[in-house]
Amino acid sequence: MADSGKLLGNLADRISYLIDLKGDSSWSDLDELQDHVQKLRDTQYEIAESELFEKINRVEDRVSFLEDRAAEQLKPSEIVNIVRSVHRFTLMDILENCYDSYTELGGDGDCSIDPAVVVARATISRRVKKKVYSHQIMVIGHEKGQGEEYRNGGCARPWGNEKALRYMRVAEVEGIPIHFYVFTPGAFPIEDSPGAAQQIARNLYAMAGLEVPMISFISEGGSGGAEAMGLSDIRLMASKGYYSVISPEGAAAIEGKIREGEKVPKDLIDHCAAQLKMTAQDNLLLGTIDRIVEEPPLGARREDYAFFRRLRYEMIRATDEVVLRTKSLRAFRAYALKGQAAEEHDIPEDFAMFIGWDLTDFEKERLLEIRSRKYRQMARGFYREGRKGLFSGIGRARELASKGYYELRYGLLRSHRRNVRKVLDEVSSEGSVLLRKVAKPVKAPYEFVFPKPERPPKVLRSEMGDDRSIFAEEWETYVSPLANEDRTVTCPNASRHGCLDLWAPDLYGEFSGVCPTCGHHFPLEYQWYLENLFDKGSVREFNRHLSAANPLGFEGLDSRLSRDFKRTGRRSSIITFDARVRGIKIIVAMFFSNYRGGTVGCAEGEKFVRACDKARITRRPLLSYIHTTGGIRIQEGTLGVVQMPKCTLVVREYIKSGGLYIVVYDNNSYAGPVASFLGCSPYQVGIRSSRIGFAGPRVIRETTGQDVPPDYHSAKNALRRGHIQGIWNRREFRKNLFDALIHMGGRNLYYK
Amino acid sequence: MDINLNDLLRSYRSHPYEDYHVETPHTGIISFLVEEGQAVKGPGGQWLHKPGTTLFTIDRERNQKRVTAGCNGVVADIKLSLEGKFVEAGEAVLSIRHRLDRDEIIDRILTEVLSIFSAPQRARYFLVPELVTRLEKKAGDEVLVEDDDEVLIMSLMKRDTMIRYQGVPGVIYKVYFNSGDLVEQGAPLLGICPTDNLEYVHKVIQRIRTEWKD
Repeated sequence: MADSGKLLGNLADRISYLIDLKGDSSWSDLDELQDHVQKLRDTQYEIAESELFEKINRVEDRVSFLEDRAAEQLKPSEIVNIVRSVHRFTLMDILENCYDSYTELGGDGDCSIDPAVVVARATISRRVKKKVYSHQIMVIGHEKGQGEEYRNGGCARPWGNEKALRYMRVAEVEGIPIHFYVFTPGAFPIEDSPGAAQQIARNLYAMAGLEVPMISFISEGGSGGAEAMGLSDIRLMASKGYYSVISPEGAAAIEGKIREGEKVPKDLIDHCAAQLKMTAQDNLLLGTIDRIVEEPPLGARREDYAFFRRLRYEMIRATDEVVLRTKSLRAFRAYALKGQAAEEHDIPEDFAMFIGWDLTDFEKERLLEIRSRKYRQMARGFYREGRKGLFSGIGRARELASKGYYELRYGLLRSHRRNVRKVLDEVSSEGSVLLRKVAKPVKAPYEFVFPKPERPPKVLRSEMGDDRSIFAEEWETYVSPLANEDRTVTCPNASRHGCLDLWAPDLYGEFSGVCPTCGHHFPLEYQWYLENLFDKGSVREFNRHLSAANPLGFEGLDSRLSRDFKRTGRRSSIITFDARVRGIKIIVAMFFSNYRGGTVGCAEGEKFVRACDKARITRRPLLSYIHTTGGIRIQEGTLGVVQMPKCTLVVREYIKSGGLYIVVYDNNSYAGPVASFLGCSPYQVGIRSSRIGFAGPRVIRETTGQDVPPDYHSAKNALRRGHIQGIWNRREFRKNLFDALIHMGGRNLYYK
Repeated sequence: MDINLNDLLRSYRSHPYEDYHVETPHTGIISFLVEEGQAVKGPGGQWLHKPGTTLFTIDRERNQKRVTAGCNGVVADIKLSLEGKFVEAGEAVLSIRHRLDRDEIIDRILTEVLSIFSAPQRARYFLVPELVTRLEKKAGDEVLVEDDDEVLIMSLMKRDTMIRYQGVPGVIYKVYFNSGDLVEQGAPLLGICPTDNLEYVHKVIQRIRTEWKD
């Protein structure tokens, strides 16, 4: 009888799991089956044992049949339900079952700075020819918990991600590999210091350069939150996991233009889940992950020990692979990797060989090179390259020629000149002390007889440029077309500051869209900046031929792209160009709102990467001016999400090579780009009246259940939280940018 | 203090409303969006950031400005004859008849009968410890303060300044702040009721609490 209770309990769990998975208890009369099992549980002591077991067997057959049927064709939305099920394994289960032992760091259970993020120092062992070898590992990941409120459903708060970063650095110091486990529906979208977006950006920036092997395993990869622990050398994914730019519900609310508080239709959610290409198989095809870890047909649960065994094997194997790729012994590398490939289907008890996970300095360099190459390759070819054949060849030849020229000019000659000058300076300063003593008795009478001609004082670089205001030559300056309208405009702060109504030609002409009473900045089109910020005629666009496409075949995106092209004459939301600011040559990447709300997809990411590379090759400062960005383009799915690590990695390489990277936010800047290649800049500035953040007020309300004040994302609050380093007035943008280039770039502006 | 509380109460009973007159902010052509007798809502949300019901738009130089309700109530005395016409600045075009609730009436009566002691400047305020002890021991309205008594400590930039009460002697009827709160200049701190009026005030408040229906 005791067994029957256990069997019935097990059956009830399986039925409830099926209901969770289908999201509908009426599928194949699951509700009736559930009632039947409940009735059996209630009456199990009242009926004969043989009859009871017969009934149990019948139910079990039925449940097994339904499980097989459910597993035949799992819809993406059902996979999402599997991932969200309370029966699914969590990071704590992995720590218990895949690792030999572990010590949790930075808090335990609810006594942690953020219980949604678990960090543990663990040991994992392998057996090679009856000998056991142990490896030290840093395990970092999200813990969804089994319904505990303090786990916050695996949504890491900004300080949770900060904790993760702290221990990544510890792992780097200790030289041990990191295993990341991603179990998050997304980051907790609050701006409290260190800030959701800014911390993810810091994590990505640090991970791009961590000199230890990193492996990530994704079960639930919710956009930016996943990326905070997702940039790694090998990305594994659970076969019944999902990795997506946005939750299907969020995508459905946007696509269906559902108002806040209204219910999103289930069909629309299912449709969006399928369109987003979020399953493991989809991601493998898109190249955003490296391998899939097979799960049981309906997903792994907490007691699936065979799955944990496989996962443990895959994590060791992936770490080995990362380490082996850095080895210079090609033959050994090929042999070891070949041996592992053969083992792919069956998990052996013993490993063929022991591979140490320590890296030499040379191997560390190689590790970073491979990582860089891997991410640069990601999402390539998912945009349209308008230039083909001869033009493409000419373009490439020109790139090579300029690379050689700048390498010679700034790399070789300049660095030698600098080294020689440095030695001469040192020698002359030491020699001059000695010489002064000897020469002093002779020098004084000599100078008296032959006085030195007076030289004019040296002109500082800042004085060389054109210091005049852009309004000094008003007839030459570009004036916004908004100024052509004969009407008045009311400042939104009129009730608070008593601002007078402004005549549009005055406001958008002389005042440059700035309220003279309160200083509120009215939005201006991006062309205003192109014309007024840079020296006249210095803007030269490049890579215009790269255009956004519809890589996932998202329904309706093609027509939207062509509509935006007709409206703007552009084929992506980014413009990359060479320009000059008072004579200083810079490279600019400008995101603007008129094309898909300034969202970032594969084409935008690639253009940004190329601009960054150009700035690195030509040794020029890089300015990211964000007229507006609405985040990652959801219609490009994870191909859009991987732009975050990809661009951050390239930015890091640029900064490390001595580049000066400045980010200026205007109007609205939200989500993915701020949480990656923009937020990682050491110099970030907001234009007054701009808004900067991770998620908009609606998403915050829906996620956290709390409303945010109207000025929550204001530049002033971003400055107060330390997310940006200053606020600039639009009318002084040019002057401030020039000053910033001079002060932050210094003497070695082009060749630090 | 020469206030007849019964008259005051009678006046509120006969007209339990506050009429907010809405004027045109500037010249322009007006278009009404509400009707006589229509209920309107004032600003909402935790930070009063959601604007109230739009009452009318006024168009000047092709700038259509929306004028919204500043409080809850019912539209009254609307000058619909001005619809689509040019109006001067400051012209009263409608009223919002706001029905006062029980607490608002009590507050109003208290403001009229109490002697309000306001914050001399923006700072954090604390009651002096003796006063706190006395207030804890006795009911609030039994603690007497005389002119020139030390009643408050004003804390600003780590410097504490003793504030002396200046006004008619009476009992502390209402403390408008929590100890340690940052109080803006001119905001009420204490409501002092002259001893002679105390009984009346009690009675009226009691009657309002029991008889007034919102």
